Amino acid sequence: MRSTPHLLLALSSACASAGGRATSKATAPPVTAAESLSVSRGQYPSTYRRHAYPPVVIRNATIMTATGREIPNGAISFKDGRILAVGEGGAVTAPAGAVIVDAAGKYVTPGVIDTHSHLGVYAAPGTDAESDGNELTSPVTSEVWAEHSFWPQDPQIPLAIAGGITTIEALPGSGNLIGGRSAVLKLVPARTVQEMKFPGARYGLKMACGENPKRVYGQRHQAPSTRMGNMAGYRGAFAQAEAYRRKWDSWNRDHRGEPPERNLRLETLAEVLRGNMYVQIHCYRADEMAQMLDLAREFGFKIRSFHHAVESYKIADLLAHDSTSVSVWADWWGFKEEAMDGIQQNAALNQQAGGRPAIHSDSPSGIQRLNQEAAKAMYAGQRSGIPITRDQALRWITANPAWVLGLDSVVGTLEPGKMADVVVWSGDPFSVYAKAVQVYNDGWLVYDRNDPAHQPRTDFELGR
Amino acid sequence: MIGALLLAQTIAVTGATVYPVSGPKIANGTVLIRDGNIAAVGANVTIPSGATRIDATGKWVTPGLIDGGGQMGLVEISAVRGTREGALASDTVAAAFNVAEGINPASALIPVTRIEGITTALAAPDGHLISGQAVLIDLDGATIEQMVVKSPVAIVARLNEDVKDEAGGSRAGVAQRLRRVFGDALEYARRKGDYGRAQMQPLAAPAADLEGLFPVLRGELPLIAVANRKSDIETALRIGREYKLKLILAGAAEGWEIADEIARAGVPVLVEPLDNIPSYDALGIRYENAALLAKAGVKVVLMETDTHNARNLRQQAGNAVSYGMTWDQALRAVTLSPAEVFGVADRYGSLEPGKEGDVVVWSGDPFEFTTAAEHVLIRGKEVPLRSRQTELFERYKKLPPDY
Repeated sequence: MRSTPHLLLALSSACASAGGRATSKATAPPVTAAESLSVSRGQYPSTYRRHAYPPVVIRNATIMTATGREIPNGAISFKDGRILAVGEGGAVTAPAGAVIVDAAGKYVTPGVIDTHSHLGVYAAPGTDAESDGNELTSPVTSEVWAEHSFWPQDPQIPLAIAGGITTIEALPGSGNLIGGRSAVLKLVPARTVQEMKFPGARYGLKMACGENPKRVYGQRHQAPSTRMGNMAGYRGAFAQAEAYRRKWDSWNRDHRGEPPERNLRLETLAEVLRGNMYVQIHCYRADEMAQMLDLAREFGFKIRSFHHAVESYKIADLLAHDSTSVSVWADWWGFKEEAMDGIQQNAALNQQAGGRPAIHSDSPSGIQRLNQEAAKAMYAGQRSGIPITRDQALRWITANPAWVLGLDSVVGTLEPGKMADVVVWSGDPFSVYAKAVQVYNDGWLVYDRNDPAHQPRTDFELGR
Repeated sequence: MIGALLLAQTIAVTGATVYPVSGPKIANGTVLIRDGNIAAVGANVTIPSGATRIDATGKWVTPGLIDGGGQMGLVEISAVRGTREGALASDTVAAAFNVAEGINPASALIPVTRIEGITTALAAPDGHLISGQAVLIDLDGATIEQMVVKSPVAIVARLNEDVKDEAGGSRAGVAQRLRRVFGDALEYARRKGDYGRAQMQPLAAPAADLEGLFPVLRGELPLIAVANRKSDIETALRIGREYKLKLILAGAAEGWEIADEIARAGVPVLVEPLDNIPSYDALGIRYENAALLAKAGVKVVLMETDTHNARNLRQQAGNAVSYGMTWDQALRAVTLSPAEVFGVADRYGSLEPGKEGDVVVWSGDPFEFTTAAEHVLIRGKEVPLRSRQTELFERYKKLPPDY
């Protein structure tokens, strides 16, 4: 096992320190009162390490780069977790000691990224004991972090890996107005969640509109019980966070007097206000998404992506104008009233409007075939006269979700210098008959359909 | 009146690769539909003058697909109780509960589903120990009568983890409760007179529900047994033997582990191919279930139980092929096999003269994402390829919309 983390990632890490102080570890000044505070210490840092694996060259494949190129009879090489070269077969040379993979007839894509997963927080076998995704004790629980629920031995994880998934955002559920912090994870077998945490990835904040929070708390005769109650709930929380941020920012400037008391709920929201976290909002209806854009303007933060967003096609122009992405399903609809207007052209219409759609799963089943979901959404668009390209549809499950997580400079495309998250498919990944045959995560062969030695099993699965 | 006119039509689908299912595919074939029924299928079919022609050159033609599961017509919005009709709230044994009159012919789900080539679906009750009577419906018709293909097609019973609470909290209790109900039904059948004179012990379920079970206990009406754990499947098979039931297994997630035993029992299985999330009800659940059952000789019917996305039956079938079924097996598992299992193979499931004109013209392989259903005929009538979703698309394809 190698212990060199990615340089690129190491540089961008620790961007979301809890108190908002960008402390540098490069020099070692004397310990001050400020640095003895808990807020100044490591906040559950990633201990991810790339697994050692020889260099790899994959030849004779159709390479789908997600950068606008589809290279027939192409090749890709990577070493130490980093893509070296992508191109026509002859243009890619094998590094010394490389494993040569003959992928004749096969297709290669970037690792698939899911912006919306509850793996690990709603783990299988799905008893109450593993139900750790919704802290339904208060409508605002920005103090909870999904990683503190995440169970690395969730047997759903290897299933998702076998579907070509290399990175997920594990989110708290949608029962609360503000559900808590997400965890951006490399999908690799690990003993601890910190070993999976994508180094350098910022946190996301999970929020939720609409039916869920008002139902959960309305049933308890507690706020919110209406959509206007929902709005008041977000506004109240961010108004408090504004004051909290001011206090800390002021203290951080001169360290005079007693430091303010830490409030974990407001600390997370203050980080949102500082622009250090990505806001990910579960929201179905078009009119409600517009309300949330107004909320974000009121408090001066950006919404990175609306999740589910089944009506986003109705306001695709507004979302594109705001540079807010949507994380959508290909075709889910109808399970509740705010999901009644789902249509199969949703992703395509957002693309057409200049937006940045991602296809997400929100499902331990769907996450195993995001390639198929992207295919459905692409062909639905094409059949309706929206000229979606294969590259755009591939970006719906690679480059665009990478952007949603702020990792688009690191993963999501096949380009030299990017992290070697690479999937080899048995055929065209937009065919129902294609399956991931090899999955490389950071250059490590984490899954091989034809080699039981590379088919990870969780503890849960042993001896059953 | 318009319906009558359309029914009187003669339609000739020409030039396609025809998959009759009952026989080998026919290149450049013709399917002739007259008065709602299939009149002829073959490479050399004489087309009567005046027939409406559908040029299907280069297309694929199959029977309309049949979803062997779900609650079509019985649910509109899953989270809105007022729109759900599939479960009877109170009765643990709801054998007399036939869902037919709960079906909503105006459901928005019906056009959404049929324009993707699913023309027939099971509408099954759920919940409780004995959920009720399932019916089979065509996805077209202004009234329930016009939609219903067969009612009932089976009674649904559950032997899975979910039902334990209605039988004392034990799987053994579930089995015992079922036997008591079946035993009392047989007893009641013999001693209706005594019952009328109040000269019988109290029955294990209301008389009407016991009476509902008579055709099952006579071996005339199938019992769909929902069971996933291997031991639960074996219990279902055991009870089936004891009472000489005509059994159908549903779910059967661990069925692949005892595929030979299921095959020997001659019991067909309704499978959802894309189920593979382990739970304590089925730790052995896996994608290859449908293929392994089929390979052992079990008659497999595929289902998509997400009623709103019953259209994804095609994706289920494609994935069943990916994980080991042959393509022909998968096509049969969404056409002729469900027709046989639900007892309507004389009218449904294949393209043969005399059968109902449920016919789909596809742009290609029906299981592939590239493929669209280009013409959908239900009982010989072409249905418009419109749904609430196509109308929403039309309204919002250009923004802002023109309200």
